[in-house]
Amino acid sequence: MKKLFLSIFLFTGALVQNVQLLAQEPQSEFVPVTEIPASEQLPSAPLVIAAYAFVWLAFAVYVWMMWRKLGKVEQELGALSAQISKPRTARSDGIRP
Amino acid sequence: MSAFWRVVWIVAKKDLAIEARSRELLNTTVFFALSCVIVFSVSFVGEGGDGRALGDAAAGILWIAIAFSGTLALGRTFERERYGDTLRALLLAPGARPAVYVGKLVGVVGLLLATEIIIVPLVALLFQARLFDHTLLLAALLGFGTVGFACVGTLFAAMLGRARSRDVLLPILLYPVTIPVMIAGVRGTAALIQPTPQLDMARLWIMLLLSFDVVFLTLSLWTFESVMTE
Amino acid sequence: MRKAFVPLLAVAGFIFMTAPILVTRAPYESTMGLVQKIFYFHMPPAMLMLLSAIFCGIISAIELIRKRPVYDWIAYAAAELTVLYGALAMVTGPLWARKAWGVWWVWDPRLTMSLLLWMVFVSYLLLRRYGGPGSETLAAGLAVFGMATSPFVYLSVNIWRTIHPLTTVVPTLPVDFALPLWYAFTGFLLLYIALMTLRVRIEEQRALVDQLYLESEE
Repeated sequence: MKKLFLSIFLFTGALVQNVQLLAQEPQSEFVPVTEIPASEQLPSAPLVIAAYAFVWLAFAVYVWMMWRKLGKVEQELGALSAQISKPRTARSDGIRP
Repeated sequence: MSAFWRVVWIVAKKDLAIEARSRELLNTTVFFALSCVIVFSVSFVGEGGDGRALGDAAAGILWIAIAFSGTLALGRTFERERYGDTLRALLLAPGARPAVYVGKLVGVVGLLLATEIIIVPLVALLFQARLFDHTLLLAALLGFGTVGFACVGTLFAAMLGRARSRDVLLPILLYPVTIPVMIAGVRGTAALIQPTPQLDMARLWIMLLLSFDVVFLTLSLWTFESVMTE
Repeated sequence: MRKAFVPLLAVAGFIFMTAPILVTRAPYESTMGLVQKIFYFHMPPAMLMLLSAIFCGIISAIELIRKRPVYDWIAYAAAELTVLYGALAMVTGPLWARKAWGVWWVWDPRLTMSLLLWMVFVSYLLLRRYGGPGSETLAAGLAVFGMATSPFVYLSVNIWRTIHPLTTVVPTLPVDFALPLWYAFTGFLLLYIALMTLRVRIEEQRALVDQLYLESEE
């Protein structure tokens, strides 16, 4: 009984393997082409758009950051010069008697 | 001219004397370089099963170990000066300032060369790399590469003097500028340990290292004067 | 000089707005097709990064000799702009390379050295920001070293075998390619000058603020 099952099992295994082999025909040679079909090629447009967009964005961000810095510094400057032009006694140094 | 070299000798001798007594820098630098080499060799051993490292890894690991331990050594060379406040005294000395720079440079190069004498055989051993088949070319690569690295390193370490965050700033400033030296050193060493050594390539890289040394040394001598503000 | 900012910005802005028109009208390149159009926004920042690095180095050298604060302001601005333009070149380049060479990045001499140059000036900015007092002089020394690497970057494609296009491409450009290129280059250059004036003005005002703080404590 055991021997029967074993032989059926082995036979089925061999059959299945052969079927699998037949299903995928191995490639016998590589065939060159000069033009890749358009579906396989990397699309250029997103790359070009990304490049230009990055440049504009980077400049915009930089100019905005600098503008803000300038605004802050000039504000500080204005506040300081207003404070300095006040008479000495009105200033709250806290150091001088 | 001889006054220049006298100052160089005095500065270098001072460092050497201090070092000979405690050997602190030498021991710690060598041990750090050893640890570097071992950590990297463990990381780069291939999956082949016989425990061999990947192709040209030996060349890269050697130079990385030199760069890292060199950076530490540079930091601590000037740390010593800062503690004793000797840098200001040195700069007030009647010798030319570039002489002080060259004196420190000689000390740093000496320290690094001593480290390499210990590290190079170890790398050759760990990676089965036939580094000593062309000892003269290897010595030229290591010599010129070390001088180039130390040139820039000594200048930057001296410049950073009392700057804030100087410990982390030294590698940040040093590595981008000295990576060309590292590239030349690594590719030259790799050319030597190939199965069929490419001696012409190695000589080409040695020439490149020499030109880097000339450029960096000249620039460092020019800028040391103006940059030391102590 | 400071008055020049707004007009410069306006002209540069106009050039940037109209450049795409010229770019679209330019012919396609035979092997690279559409993606080659990135060239018009890649080459100017790359070239200006190199020139800016050299400019920063020269100004820093003068600063070390003359030690007047205005040179320091200009050098700081030049370093910042080197980093900005370098970032533009380093992003547009790989976007182009992905299509033209199939990879985002290769470690060939031109790319490696450009990256190193860019990193030197990033470390300049880090030093200025975190180095504390006295870092202006140290940074100036660093910039001089950075400048020394510039020529190597430009010549690297001619000396070593590399995948990056050679320096002979730009001088031999046919007019149809050259026109949009130099138009875009002018835009980038004018914007560089405009940003420089803005940045120097910020530094100038900052120095004034520091001076006023000192005065107000007397």
